[in-house]
Amino acid sequence: MFRAVRFSLSLLLVLLPAILAAQDVASFEKKTQVKTLTNGLTIVVCERHEAPVFSFYTHVDAGPAQDPKGATGMAHMFEHMAFKGTPTIGTTDYAAEKVAMQKEEDAYLALQGERFKRVGGDPKKLEELEKAFLQAQEEADKYVKKNEFGEIVESQGGQDLNAATGEDETSYFYSMPSNRLELWAYLESERFLHPVLREFYQERDVVFEERRMRTDSSPIGRMIEQFLATAYAAHPYRNPNVGWPSDLGSLTRTDAQKFFDTYYVASNMTIAVVGDVKPDEVFALAEKYFGRLPAKPKPEDLHTVEPEQVDERSITIPEPSQPIYLEGYHRPDYRDPDDAVYDAISDLLSEGRTSRLYRSLVRDKKIAAAAVGFTDFPGVKYPSLFGFYAVPIQGHKPPELQAAFREEIERMKTQDVGDGELQTVKTRAKANLIRGLGENSGLAAQLALAQARYGDWRELFYNIDRLQKVTKEDIRRVANKTFTATNRTVAVVETVAPPNPPGPNGAGGGL
Amino acid sequence: MKRATKCLLAVCTVICAGIALAQQPWQQVPIPPLAKFTPQQPTRIQLPNGMVIFLQEDHELPLISGTALIKGGSSSEPAAKTGMMSIYSGSWRTSGTQKKSGDQLDDELEAIGAKVETSGGVDTTSASFNCLKENFDQVFADFLDVLEHPVFRDDKIALVKRRLNTAISRRNDEIDSIAGREAGKLGYGKDSPYGRQAEYWTVAAVTRQDLLDWHKRHFAPNNIIFGMVGDFDSKQMESRLRDAFGSLPKGTPYNPPQIPVPGPKPGVYLAEKTDVNQSEIAMLGVGIRRDNPDYFAVRVMNEIFGGGFSSRLFKNLRSKQALAYSVGGGIGAGYNHPGLIDISMGTKSASTAKAVAALYQQIDDLLNTPPTDEELKQARDSILNGFIFAYDSPDKVLGEQLTYELYGYPKDFLERFRDAVDKVTSADVHRVARKYIDKRKLAVLVVGNPKEFDKSLAEFGQVTKLDISIPGAPPGAKPAAAGQD
Repeated sequence: MFRAVRFSLSLLLVLLPAILAAQDVASFEKKTQVKTLTNGLTIVVCERHEAPVFSFYTHVDAGPAQDPKGATGMAHMFEHMAFKGTPTIGTTDYAAEKVAMQKEEDAYLALQGERFKRVGGDPKKLEELEKAFLQAQEEADKYVKKNEFGEIVESQGGQDLNAATGEDETSYFYSMPSNRLELWAYLESERFLHPVLREFYQERDVVFEERRMRTDSSPIGRMIEQFLATAYAAHPYRNPNVGWPSDLGSLTRTDAQKFFDTYYVASNMTIAVVGDVKPDEVFALAEKYFGRLPAKPKPEDLHTVEPEQVDERSITIPEPSQPIYLEGYHRPDYRDPDDAVYDAISDLLSEGRTSRLYRSLVRDKKIAAAAVGFTDFPGVKYPSLFGFYAVPIQGHKPPELQAAFREEIERMKTQDVGDGELQTVKTRAKANLIRGLGENSGLAAQLALAQARYGDWRELFYNIDRLQKVTKEDIRRVANKTFTATNRTVAVVETVAPPNPPGPNGAGGGL
Repeated sequence: MKRATKCLLAVCTVICAGIALAQQPWQQVPIPPLAKFTPQQPTRIQLPNGMVIFLQEDHELPLISGTALIKGGSSSEPAAKTGMMSIYSGSWRTSGTQKKSGDQLDDELEAIGAKVETSGGVDTTSASFNCLKENFDQVFADFLDVLEHPVFRDDKIALVKRRLNTAISRRNDEIDSIAGREAGKLGYGKDSPYGRQAEYWTVAAVTRQDLLDWHKRHFAPNNIIFGMVGDFDSKQMESRLRDAFGSLPKGTPYNPPQIPVPGPKPGVYLAEKTDVNQSEIAMLGVGIRRDNPDYFAVRVMNEIFGGGFSSRLFKNLRSKQALAYSVGGGIGAGYNHPGLIDISMGTKSASTAKAVAALYQQIDDLLNTPPTDEELKQARDSILNGFIFAYDSPDKVLGEQLTYELYGYPKDFLERFRDAVDKVTSADVHRVARKYIDKRKLAVLVVGNPKEFDKSLAEFGQVTKLDISIPGAPPGAKPAAAGQD
């Protein structure tokens, strides 16, 4: 299929066939292997022997959409906890620490029970319980070797140690010199074999600081949170990744452990390793170390489907900052046959100075400093949104941006895109794919995501192939289907005088 | 059972302690020696007209890219025209040339997935390209045309100015942009080319003629360092480049400005922002230059103090005290001027004073006691074991060489760095900390919502309120129409 498409387009693609011959899926077949362990964990290995280093990307198929009811922020909270070590890493005496941690948890649950009493709460008792908890926390903390997990990775040459919680998944990654492959396999498997959720409540306060930084104290962060809560009625995409403050402030270690036990199972994990490694060696080490993870069934997927929107939704957010405009339209998830059409539309509207929105809003109408259309917001796994975002230049207001967006949308619905325009989109996608192949960490992420989402890393290439098949008719059809008033949510940041007295009080950071 | 286990452990500990420090399980995982790796160095060529060229072959992907660094950047733009380099670089490529308009170039290049772009920096401006190998002839011709024959069209200049004015009007919207800007102004001085900011009138003051003049003055082969990386043959490429650049006439050599960095006026500075619940705190002072022999010890100190997961700031202020999500910093080192000491964190409004005190405490600890052997080993191991990542791709190696050439550093600076870090002692770290960090000389910047602070900042010294309002006209002038093109 891949081949056939390429040939049919070869007259137009005067410039690309030679490249593709060198960088297509066939060339990657030779250096990429995949294996699923008996416990269900999948490993993709891609050889790149440019330098004695490698990168990996551990993909866990659980994100904020899996946050339990009343516990938004749990997936992200667990991501933080995955840096706290194991029974042998991060502790001076695990046996004693375990006992102290249990006391700490008991004290916390007692405290929380009292705090959430609807009637008959006793402030004095609450104070005592708080004191008891803080004391228990301090006791448990005595055994902690702070950040030993990160310390080991860094002292062994690990680079860019980090993790991310997307809307759809949680991922863990870093790079290492290739002689540390076995050490990596040990460390990464230990971390998910028996993580110890020590310092849970201190880390929850750290996450509160993260929320303050990304959301509470940022006009754009505040807008996005409000926008998603408006655009979604039922699906968890309506909830902030980091959690609503009241939920975040009541997450418990007990619940985090439950979340781990449910979602961090081998069959729910995909790891890609890219760099100066040999697949056989990686597979053998994977058996030895990751093979220790217990085999459990893959957790059931979320059932909630966002119901069809019945009328336009909008929200105006008064802010002391300059205006911003955002609108979004519901679209299907990434498995939809039109997925590539949305990619094409996004590219056509936004990519570079030839894009329609740049030329219209920025260059010609002179009303925006930046204007883009983007797909897959906030995620891809579940039906998401196609968004339009613009920053007006001084003296111009959101309604002008809205009108300009609508004009471009109307044009897409009623007129075919030019042949050259569409061809540029396709060519650029191929060039961008190639540019992404020459770097270990980016490639590891792409391979792991393709493998996890489609069950086949080759989809990384097939995706581009599907885009080559997009026609002008597809673009008109999908634009007409998607960009309708009743399918739309609008968020406008409107400038008002700064709040005085002060604004958001950052919702109590737990304790 | 429990008892038995405990006993066993106790016995083991006693026995092991006699042999060595108890080895943790992770330490028993074998680590074979790292395969020998000699990074491929680019070929350096100097043309008779003074232009320096670096060619770095990389045949992994069918791509070619190149960057021409032209000496002279915002550090030598006139103060009254601050922002000129942004306007220059932002309208250079987009205006196109006599032969092709910028829009035409956009269409042609995008159609083949290629890029030709210009950008501006503190010490250089640059033009670069990136394309599939097949398109090299076409893209390189456009690149040369842009490099040599810019036209700076009025409509594209106006477009950049609109953007800059919009950025000025929005510069107080996000707290991190306020903190970054005010830190630069405090640390380097509000009139220093490293710290000053563009205003509506400095943007308005820039003319097309200024841009043409700048290009004429700076674009000369003896002021250019050109680096290329990708799927080409160096020998063939060399002759191609000799043809392309060999006939350019020499120009006046660039004379870099001497910019003093006297350091901030000590004190506490407060920029008020009422729509936030978190404060940004930065402690600022003068850092060092990278050619300072103390640079290596400073790097180890930074690693111990404010580097990654294992640093003191991260461990104590984030993991232990849970005061911050983002915390870090150390002594900055510039290539041709001192960097800034910048130790910063974000903490909830209600713990602002507590966090300032905690940062001071960390600085005290750093100055009062040398790092432990474990800390030193951790920091040195991190730098040395991760050293391979400084040159694990041909374009990284090329990038290093371009930088060393630009600033006149020895081409083996990276290797010298590694050897020197290997020799840094705990006493060295302590010495440089005391030499460069003086608590009394630091400026403390707080951006936040003082009504929610836990305590007044006055306990840390005289508090100066920073006026961050956005002026429409220069002080003393009658208000101009702000932000018109």
